[in-house]
Amino acid sequence: MLKVSNLVAGIEESTILNGIDLEVNAGEVHAIMGPNGSGKSTLASVIAGKEEYEVTSGKMELLGEDLEGLSPEERAHMGVFLSFQYPVEIPGVTVTNFMRTALNETRKARGLEEMPANEMLKLIREKAELLEIDRKFLSRSLNEGFSGGEKKRNEIFQMAMMEPKLAILDETDSGLDIDALRIVAEGVNKLRSKDNAIIVITHYQRLLDYIVPDYVHVLHQGKIVKSGTKELALELEDKGYDWLKQKTTV
Amino acid sequence: MDLKEKIVSSFLAFEDSVDLDSSVHELRSEAIKKFEDHGFPTKKEEAWKYTSLNALQKVDFSLFPKEGALDYKEVKSYFLHEIDSYKIVFIDGVYSSYLSETTHEGMDICLMSAALTKPTYKAVIDNYFNKAVKDDSMTHLNTAFSKEGAYIYIPKGKAPHKPIQIMHFSTGSEAAQMLQPRNLIVLEEGAEAQIIERHQNLTKNEVFTNVVTEIFVAERANLDYYKVQNDRDNASLVDNTYIDQKSNSVASVHTFSFGGKLVRNNLNFYQDGSRIDSVLKGITLLGEKQHVDHYTLVHHAQPNCESHQDYKGIYADHSTGVFNGKIIVDQIAQKTNAFQQNNNILISDKATVNTKPQLEIFADDVRCSHGCTIGQLDEDALFYLQSRGVPKKEATALLMYAFANNVLESVRLDALKNRINGIIADKLGVELGFDV
Repeated sequence: MLKVSNLVAGIEESTILNGIDLEVNAGEVHAIMGPNGSGKSTLASVIAGKEEYEVTSGKMELLGEDLEGLSPEERAHMGVFLSFQYPVEIPGVTVTNFMRTALNETRKARGLEEMPANEMLKLIREKAELLEIDRKFLSRSLNEGFSGGEKKRNEIFQMAMMEPKLAILDETDSGLDIDALRIVAEGVNKLRSKDNAIIVITHYQRLLDYIVPDYVHVLHQGKIVKSGTKELALELEDKGYDWLKQKTTV
Repeated sequence: MDLKEKIVSSFLAFEDSVDLDSSVHELRSEAIKKFEDHGFPTKKEEAWKYTSLNALQKVDFSLFPKEGALDYKEVKSYFLHEIDSYKIVFIDGVYSSYLSETTHEGMDICLMSAALTKPTYKAVIDNYFNKAVKDDSMTHLNTAFSKEGAYIYIPKGKAPHKPIQIMHFSTGSEAAQMLQPRNLIVLEEGAEAQIIERHQNLTKNEVFTNVVTEIFVAERANLDYYKVQNDRDNASLVDNTYIDQKSNSVASVHTFSFGGKLVRNNLNFYQDGSRIDSVLKGITLLGEKQHVDHYTLVHHAQPNCESHQDYKGIYADHSTGVFNGKIIVDQIAQKTNAFQQNNNILISDKATVNTKPQLEIFADDVRCSHGCTIGQLDEDALFYLQSRGVPKKEATALLMYAFANNVLESVRLDALKNRINGIIADKLGVELGFDV
């Protein structure tokens, strides 16, 4: 699905990612953990194509296709989805209208007809139910005045609508209480399939109790310093990150 | 001969063409003297620091153009034709009865030329004509040549059950032309009206419009006024609007500035009563070398009143914008709430905007807030939308909508709201496929 090799990237003069190697196959869930400032969110943004980051060397491939030079929307059309840590408020554009635009633009790019309005509405309702989203919520302006939990739930709702091949969830657990976390995680679990892959970026083990990863990677100073199975996350919970940091400095 | 000389020397011929016995004859004579003394405003005046009328004065404008002819289907698209409305339509400054739909049933929605000459209207003209204006050179110029325009009189407690559209078309039947429409709108106690005003050039010949609109909003009356400015790049407009409000009245003016070569909006509110609400809103979306200057004044002259100003500007290419918002709170006007907001986005390095709040507060128990911002498009927001598959151009357009949205929210005519959305989408070169 996703193959990242020796990825070096940064912003202006400073390098943030120092040679990342990561391979994610269809049907897998990978967790990327690490202390603040280790480059977790940068990695997510670079995969999604944020223009302010510059890739200086290395390669990213999605389903065998090179991502280099592709705009964020082109990557989205290929099946990349990034759930934001801080979703942006767009007053005056309802959740429904935004999803209609996003989905139809994606269909257009894939050479498909626009989805008929009634079909779209049906799909929206179906996915809203999956995430236990109230219908009233769908006619509110996108993210405007949403609570932290509503914003994150809305991100996963959008993920459900877009049906991505590769979903990257950036700190989806931050700012959520335990009930909201459970609903969001259950939503994500319902979207797991053998045909897609999910990268969960998180600081804490907590989310991984609900979204159980196949692999866990620890990012430190822009490098993956340790990879393992879900037990690694528990170990990190116990020991913190310091023991890994020391290892890298030695 | 420059434009001022041409104007002044043509005044006698103009006076000959109108009724010398008219009660406004004296007003016209005084006004031309004042204009002659002062001339066109220059950039040396603080109020005109950012807008120059010099280039316009070099154009050989025809002052009394011949009327052109138009078919409704040629101009239908400029009307809000989806809904029923009264229409007061002028072609090259001359009333077009063919395109208009006026009324005298229970109210007068008709012509200034009739109001200025027929005895039935004399009392209203004597009471209101030229009573709200300020000592202003462009206004004097208009007064001197005041002859035609819209005349709207809504008696106590009445409301036309449909909006009123005031349309001015230029067909450039001669060469470049100068137009000076004069509108008078009177809402008596508890009356209501929704009015849309638009000036539209249809040809390649240059147009310079200097319009004056006086509006009187009596006790408990309610006025919504919409100015749609989306003219060609050879059309310039100086709009002088004066609104005089009495107690418990609400008046709102929305100004949508999307086009034209040079536009200057002098919007003046005078609050002559208590518990008045004045609303001034605007969306400015410019490109190329367009220039729009919003010069607003809200004068709080009595206690317990409110004013709300919210202007949003988006500037592309080499366009320039100005917002000067003046608020005067007299010493007697305690408990005034005056809000002013002007936010701008520059989407080109070459675009400029000058924004300036001007507060003159003489009362001590007031709430006045003002804020202005000039910024760029939020890159994070753009990335967010793009990451959901929305192409950059459409994503940019969505963010513009979001930015200007709260100004559109207060538009109470859905057909107009949709039209404005359509114009915005068109300007941004996108199709969004839904009404925002």
